[in-house]
Amino acid sequence: MAVTRSQPPVSEQASHPSGDNRFKLLEATMKKHQYRPDALIEVLHRAQELFGYLSNDLLLYIANSLHLPPSRVYGVATFYHFFSLAPKGEHSCVVCLGTACYVRGAAAILAAAEQTLGIRAGHTTPDGRLSLETARCLGACGIAPTVVFDGAITGHQTPEQVQVWLERLKEKD
Amino acid sequence: MAARTFTIDDQLISAREGETILQAAREHGISIPTLCHLDGVSDVGACRLCLVEIEGSRALRPACVTPVVEEMVVRTDTERLREYRRMIIELLFAERNHVCAVCVANGHCELQDLAIAVGMDHVRFDYAFPRCDVDISHPLFGIDHNRCVLCTRCVRVCDEVEGVHTWDVAGRGADARVITDMRQPWGEARSCTSCGKCVLACPTGAIFRRGATVGEMERDRNKIAYIVAAREQRW
Amino acid sequence: MDISELLTIAEHERTMRRPTCIRCCTALGCQSAGSLSLKQRLEEAVAEVDRTDIEVIGVGCMGMCGHGPLVRVDPDGVLYEHVHAADAPSIVAALDGGDATAPRGDPQHPFFTLQKRIVLENSGIIDPERIESYIAAGGYQALYCVLHDMTPAEVIDVVTRSGLRGRGGAGYPTGLKWATVAKSHGDRKYVVCNADEGDPGAFMDRSIIESDPHKILEGMAIAAYAVGADQGYVYVRAEYPLAIQRLQRAIAQARRLGLLGAQIFDAGFTFRIDIRVGAGAFVCGEETALMASIEGRRGQPRPRPPYPAESGLWGRPTLINNVETFANIPPIIRNGAEWFAAIGAEHSKGTKVFALTGKIRHTGLIEVPMGVTLRQIVEEMGGGVPEGRVKAVQTGGPSGGCIPAALLDTPVDYESLQRVGSIMGSGGMVVMDDATNMVDVAHFYMEFCKDESCGKCIPCRAGTAQMLHMLNLIRSGQATAADLARLEQLCIMVKETSLCGLGQSAPNPVLSTMKYFREEYEAFVRDEGLAG
Repeated sequence: MAVTRSQPPVSEQASHPSGDNRFKLLEATMKKHQYRPDALIEVLHRAQELFGYLSNDLLLYIANSLHLPPSRVYGVATFYHFFSLAPKGEHSCVVCLGTACYVRGAAAILAAAEQTLGIRAGHTTPDGRLSLETARCLGACGIAPTVVFDGAITGHQTPEQVQVWLERLKEKD
Repeated sequence: MAARTFTIDDQLISAREGETILQAAREHGISIPTLCHLDGVSDVGACRLCLVEIEGSRALRPACVTPVVEEMVVRTDTERLREYRRMIIELLFAERNHVCAVCVANGHCELQDLAIAVGMDHVRFDYAFPRCDVDISHPLFGIDHNRCVLCTRCVRVCDEVEGVHTWDVAGRGADARVITDMRQPWGEARSCTSCGKCVLACPTGAIFRRGATVGEMERDRNKIAYIVAAREQRW
Repeated sequence: MDISELLTIAEHERTMRRPTCIRCCTALGCQSAGSLSLKQRLEEAVAEVDRTDIEVIGVGCMGMCGHGPLVRVDPDGVLYEHVHAADAPSIVAALDGGDATAPRGDPQHPFFTLQKRIVLENSGIIDPERIESYIAAGGYQALYCVLHDMTPAEVIDVVTRSGLRGRGGAGYPTGLKWATVAKSHGDRKYVVCNADEGDPGAFMDRSIIESDPHKILEGMAIAAYAVGADQGYVYVRAEYPLAIQRLQRAIAQARRLGLLGAQIFDAGFTFRIDIRVGAGAFVCGEETALMASIEGRRGQPRPRPPYPAESGLWGRPTLINNVETFANIPPIIRNGAEWFAAIGAEHSKGTKVFALTGKIRHTGLIEVPMGVTLRQIVEEMGGGVPEGRVKAVQTGGPSGGCIPAALLDTPVDYESLQRVGSIMGSGGMVVMDDATNMVDVAHFYMEFCKDESCGKCIPCRAGTAQMLHMLNLIRSGQATAADLARLEQLCIMVKETSLCGLGQSAPNPVLSTMKYFREEYEAFVRDEGLAG
């Protein structure tokens, strides 16, 4: 078992910064899973929920808490596309590229969004305002094509509708 | 231990129960090409070069992880298998940047040996020419991702034999890369004990001893198996 | 909890019902079209007219998601579609005569009448957020019956004789799988529900969980009793937050009533269920990758054998079935193996749920007996394509193939679909019309497979990248006829040598479109001067 192996020392930054309540909440999740290594993905989900993204220090902190080699934690965090190792924008626009959406014109929607924002999918605007992402089927194929604006899924979208939404966001403060 | 009798390429072979097709074949001097297999560490069945045909089964089976079964009829060298092996090697060459003429492992490279064995005179696929890093931050060793075939022998030897798990794989698919610790430069990976077992395990010139020049990276890959065998005998 | 308590809950729930019931869909599709505020408006409208004989309940998927939000008024079965919150007062008023402002749906449409609902028997009828609603519909009685009147061997025998086959795609006989796990030795055994529905264009499992979560739990508990497991996991994709939330709630409710946990129905049977949330990796639908993910590792498949039934989670015997498979179990126990075996086709018993999407008039979720033809589904139930004509139907997602319109009379059963170069898959069915270019479709799926390849085995990792590159060459008019032949060879090699199902089936969309729509590939080929 990995538990008995010698671990590299925790880096200074990875220790509990006092006053940051989020670490306490993360600690509670790990405790609930009895710090078992197989809870790694659950813990990463919680960490991303609390911190927005998974920084190297955070990953190292988790590796140390669960007694896992850092490379394994990093390997898992980068295998799953749901985990982000970089900060996200304040707002998000996720264009579904599932088959049903694809057949109903998702490519044109994505192109319109990219053009409006001047960034490619998978990136965040330079001002950190919005992240444009794509999804592999949200399972809402009945209302294809779908786009998720700030977590709210909307169906039957057109490139024009998406552009309007994005333009409005750019103007708003 | 019960004995198993079966045939490989029309040759009658007896093997111990629980032995794999690959082990039995090698004991009888029958060579099956492998790349991700390394004596002394666990098998993952990933390179698919050791796939063999088994009579009565539609699917091809990896010899490295398939145990022998009484009266099994195995074929290791059919036209179809030869073609598939060659295509797999070609895919590997097209995937990264393997330039034998300037490689430290030239003449001592398992990928090169395989290419010769499968008769690869040219690559029928377009090269991807990915941009890959070379990391020489470690004082003794280096890794050139251009030459990595993602066999994960370094990952397994580090985890299973050295017991450290400095190496792992990050990312996935064509973007997968072997990494040390938090994907930081190898020299900064604090878990590394600089034991050099990954250097021994690497089939190509990807992980090398610093200072070796073209064709100088000779290594005794059997050493890993010796270490493991010696450790087992101690008990 | 004993049976009398269960029946008391059911009875109490039934007496609480009002004569008139307004059912408002609260599954994902309709929710995103505003059904939650609609439901609230309906409740307010009922309160305003001060009618105690009317109730409003939130229900799961009614099927025609493309026409949502959907509302049905029972017992008359009046269906409204595209309902806005503003329509609510008029819908309530229509109960006393008068016209509702929302368009009426046609409950007699073949979309509804040609269905045979077993898995979806409660979908759109019960409230998925209340266990009492499920119990009133006969829920958990099959579990009681199994625990008190049947031995594990008898349960497996019923499932075997029913002829049920795995609904996750491969169609492996469920009874046989259960029997193998039951026979395997281990200090613990596990039951896993695969809800990692990753096929783009498929949402059967999501709908089932959102509409009737307790059915999955009951099916899993019956399976656990049959194979001797005491711990279960539901592995759900993170992309399905509503399904996760409803499952969590259902598990907590079942636990509170003693229907999960220790000493279920005082029968000395213990079974716990935990949820594991995926993190965006299609390959985790493959069972060995799914287990790696539950164990907190990279979701990479490993060679089989050993099969999970013998050596699964943490090396112990593990039963893995798909959501729809488990959902079939309670009805089979309740109605018997013979009842189930009498439904469907010769080697494919029962029904199959399909997600009907793409260029089709009525998109949504349907459950049909195995053996109906694609034509019945696409043309009669789905109402055909809105413009132009049907060109092809894609089944099985990235692992399946495109079936041309000429073969629409193919019956949907495991073997027939395989014979025409596709697969049943988990149940995604995407209709394509004349405007769809099939090389683009093949490219779409290959891009998906390349992105989702785990990278462990060479044929899948390097092969999908190379196939995608070749498709790009073809689409940009730079390929020759020799390149087409080479692509085909590569497809066959990747299919036969890849480690897991993802790689083994990744070439299917290319191979099937090359088989049936070769002229579209040739139109791109350089030598023939038709480069687009």
